[in-house]
Amino acid sequence: MIIRLKEGGERIPLTISGSDPKKGLITIIFQEIGKTTIELGRMEEGESILNLVGPLGMPAELKNFGTVVCVGGGVGIAPILYRVKALKSVGNRVISIIGARNKDLLILHNEMKELSDELHIATDDGTLGRKGFVTDVLDEVLAENRVDLIIAIGPVVMMRAVTGVGSAHGVRTVVSLNPIMVDGTGMCGSCRVTVGKKVRFACVDGPEFDGEFVDFDELLQRNRRYLKEEAASLMVMRAGRCTCFEETGCE
Amino acid sequence: MKKQDVSRRIKNFEEVALGLDETEAVLEAKRCLECQRPWCVRGCPVGVDIPRFIRAIRDGRFEDGIRIIWEKNSLPAVCGRVCPHEVQCEGVCSLARGCSKFMTAKGRARVEAFLEQFNLTQKRRRPVSIGALERFLADYAAEHGITPYTAGSDMKGKGKVALVGSGPASLAAAGELARRGYHATIFEALHAPGGVLRYGIPNFRLPEEIIDREIRQLKDMGVEFRQDVLIGRTLTIDELLSDFDAVFIGSGAGAPVLMGIEGENLNGVYSANEFLTRVNLMEAYRFPETDTPINIGKRVVTIGGGNVAMDSARVALRLGAEESIILYRRRREEMPARREEIENAEEEGVEFKFLTTPTKYIGDDEGCVRAVECIRMEPGEVDDSGRQRPVPVAGSEFTIEADTVIVAIGQRPNPLIPTTTQGLETGKIRNIIADESGRTSIKGVFAGGDATTGAATVILAMGAGVRAARAIAEYIEGCKD
Ligand SMILES: Cc1cc2nc3c(=O)[nH]c(=O)nc-3n(C[C@H](O)[C@H](O)[C@H](O)COP(=O)(O)OP(=O)(O)OC[C@H]3O[C@@H](n4cnc5c(N)ncnc54)[C@H](O)[C@@H]3O)c2cc1C
Ligand SMILES: Cc1cc2nc3c(=O)[nH]c(=O)nc-3n(C[C@H](O)[C@H](O)[C@H](O)COP(=O)(O)OP(=O)(O)OC[C@H]3O[C@@H](n4cnc5c(N)ncnc54)[C@H](O)[C@@H]3O)c2cc1C
Ligand code: SF4
Ligand code: FES
Repeated sequence: MIIRLKEGGERIPLTISGSDPKKGLITIIFQEIGKTTIELGRMEEGESILNLVGPLGMPAELKNFGTVVCVGGGVGIAPILYRVKALKSVGNRVISIIGARNKDLLILHNEMKELSDELHIATDDGTLGRKGFVTDVLDEVLAENRVDLIIAIGPVVMMRAVTGVGSAHGVRTVVSLNPIMVDGTGMCGSCRVTVGKKVRFACVDGPEFDGEFVDFDELLQRNRRYLKEEAASLMVMRAGRCTCFEETGCE
Repeated sequence: MKKQDVSRRIKNFEEVALGLDETEAVLEAKRCLECQRPWCVRGCPVGVDIPRFIRAIRDGRFEDGIRIIWEKNSLPAVCGRVCPHEVQCEGVCSLARGCSKFMTAKGRARVEAFLEQFNLTQKRRRPVSIGALERFLADYAAEHGITPYTAGSDMKGKGKVALVGSGPASLAAAGELARRGYHATIFEALHAPGGVLRYGIPNFRLPEEIIDREIRQLKDMGVEFRQDVLIGRTLTIDELLSDFDAVFIGSGAGAPVLMGIEGENLNGVYSANEFLTRVNLMEAYRFPETDTPINIGKRVVTIGGGNVAMDSARVALRLGAEESIILYRRRREEMPARREEIENAEEEGVEFKFLTTPTKYIGDDEGCVRAVECIRMEPGEVDDSGRQRPVPVAGSEFTIEADTVIVAIGQRPNPLIPTTTQGLETGKIRNIIADESGRTSIKGVFAGGDATTGAATVILAMGAGVRAARAIAEYIEGCKD
């Protein structure tokens, strides 16, 4: 789905990581990394978001694949949790591997443990689970098990690495791409990604694609498009307002 | 019409054309010949009674004038600004065609020769500025608080219609339905209504307040607007059909067309839609006051020759580009953009390179575009469009440096609704197939505007909306028997 907090706000995509249709509730889990997510984090109970549209994109493929390995990194663990729940409900055996830089950044591991048939944890610094990357664990898991599908959600570099390990073992990897979006309806083309030499729009054709065919380098590059502006936006927010206008007549 | 001074206007997003005042409007209205067989009306896709409203202006009855327009057109402030008048009403105005009313062919030839001799052709040939007069009346109405009319509470009982998208097609259809006593609900995927009027056409051509105003009038008439609903995802057409008596699809042609050439995904290569949406809908020109960024280089190259390309190139200048260049693969006379906008662009310093097309974009180590490799074209054989198809001249490749590229070569209907609606027939460019009255292959589902025709014009979309609204009314009546 896409949200916009207030007038003048940016439209940002977030994943629904849980829902309770009876109560009319949806759960989102997000990481405060830039202006919009920080502002979202600062909102108090009872405050409201100006706009929310969704669900968007293609629904994930859901059936009994057999054994599925779910790999989640960072905030990617939130949507993975939702997925594990769904996969279990149609009878899959689910082996989960989650990872983060350190123990404090690792979210939802109790919930993951409860839902998965097997859970492996990896942290970069070894403060929880084993020291190292999720791909190291994945390599071993794939060597020991007959796996039908891998699903990876997390940072682009992680998804690229997971796809690599998957291919090496001849297992298909589905990844959930996170390009920069504006409308989320297939109108602007901001979210274009190259998959199997074809240009696809992640917001309507995705966000999930076969990792093997994704041009990850291009995605990484495209996601750096506004680094400078994002930093400026954050600075202005911290300073309260932009003062450089008056002083320098900045552009 | 007076325009904002060039040196000033390229630094702001305020309207370029300033409109007529009362004296000017009356003076212009007096030029109208009040033809017995008015060509202008035939040139208007929705058949506004043009001579009658011009007559009203001439007599100083401005309120009557606007009411005459409203009979056929519910968005005159928009149409007065963006319609391609020169190829519609103004293009066929008797004053432009050579006044034929009282003349035989021979007589006309004589007059023609005379005028030519004294170099008066241009003067006489200037048609009545119908667009400017239309705009004058719409703005006059707004200033004086004159509104179409408000729906009475007894007006809503006839039936419920859902409209998908809030562009001119749906707005016109909703207006017509409300007038006929139906309850119309418009569903829009974005957070603000208006379609291309809002996210595509820049403020300096069509100020946001104008769109707000015309939408407010529709609300006053009882039309309901629901933003943030993507039909095909949030709700499907089938779901709408179970809640409403009929559905109108006016989802437009929003999907950008890209060329599929090397380097098109480099950073700095925008689709015109992304570029214009960031600026118009998301107000990136006020960043960092607003949160959506845009980056613009020193030299901006825009590909295309339509209104979208003109708008993009002119926006680029206003965002601070030092050079804004348009590459078009055909010749100048073949550019589909409105003449007025081509002139405006030129005045503002947009450069044109004709018979040129890009073949590849060249980037740097960081993945940002740095240059466009182009090839020269020459006119070849006549194609389906009746124009000479441009063909590349072998060996004529050259490169232009550029740090921003905007691809404005067209839009297609978004495939989302056809792919999520069983039984909805579509055509070659995934446009929804509909007949003259907007009937689609599904009973109770109507469609019109760019969604059915591919990218066209505001007034054609409105015309289709109005015709569909009439057919919808008939359909609902028929269901009741
Ligand atoms: C399909 C999808 C699902 C996502 N789900 C989640 C989620 O469940 N939880 C979560 O924490 N994050 C999620 N994200 C990432 C989230 O959208 C970005 O973190 C957010 O947009 C950052 O905005 P900001 O203003 O806080 O930061 P900024 O400072 O603006 O940006 C920080 C980084 O976020 C990315 N980004 C910025 N703007 C956008 C944008 N409009 N669209 C996409 N990425 C952007 C860029 O890579 C950028 O470098 C998802 C992204 C996508 C595409
Ligand atoms: C930059 C630009 C400049 C132009 N300049 C001119 C001009 O000067 N003169 C002129 O006559 N024409 C001009 N045009 C063309 C004109 O704007 C269009 O022909 C016209 O807007 C078409 O109207 P429409 O109602 O069919 O669709 P649109 O205006 O495209 O509106 C469609 C709406 O539907 C919404 N939508 C789409 N899918 C869904 C869905 N599944 N669920 C909910 N909502 C949905 C979209 O978000 C959009 O708001 C221009 C176009 C562009 C892009
Ligand atoms: S064709 Fe021209 S002169 Fe004749 S009625 Fe129309 S606007 Fe007036
Ligand atoms: S976000 Fe605009 S097309 Fe996908």
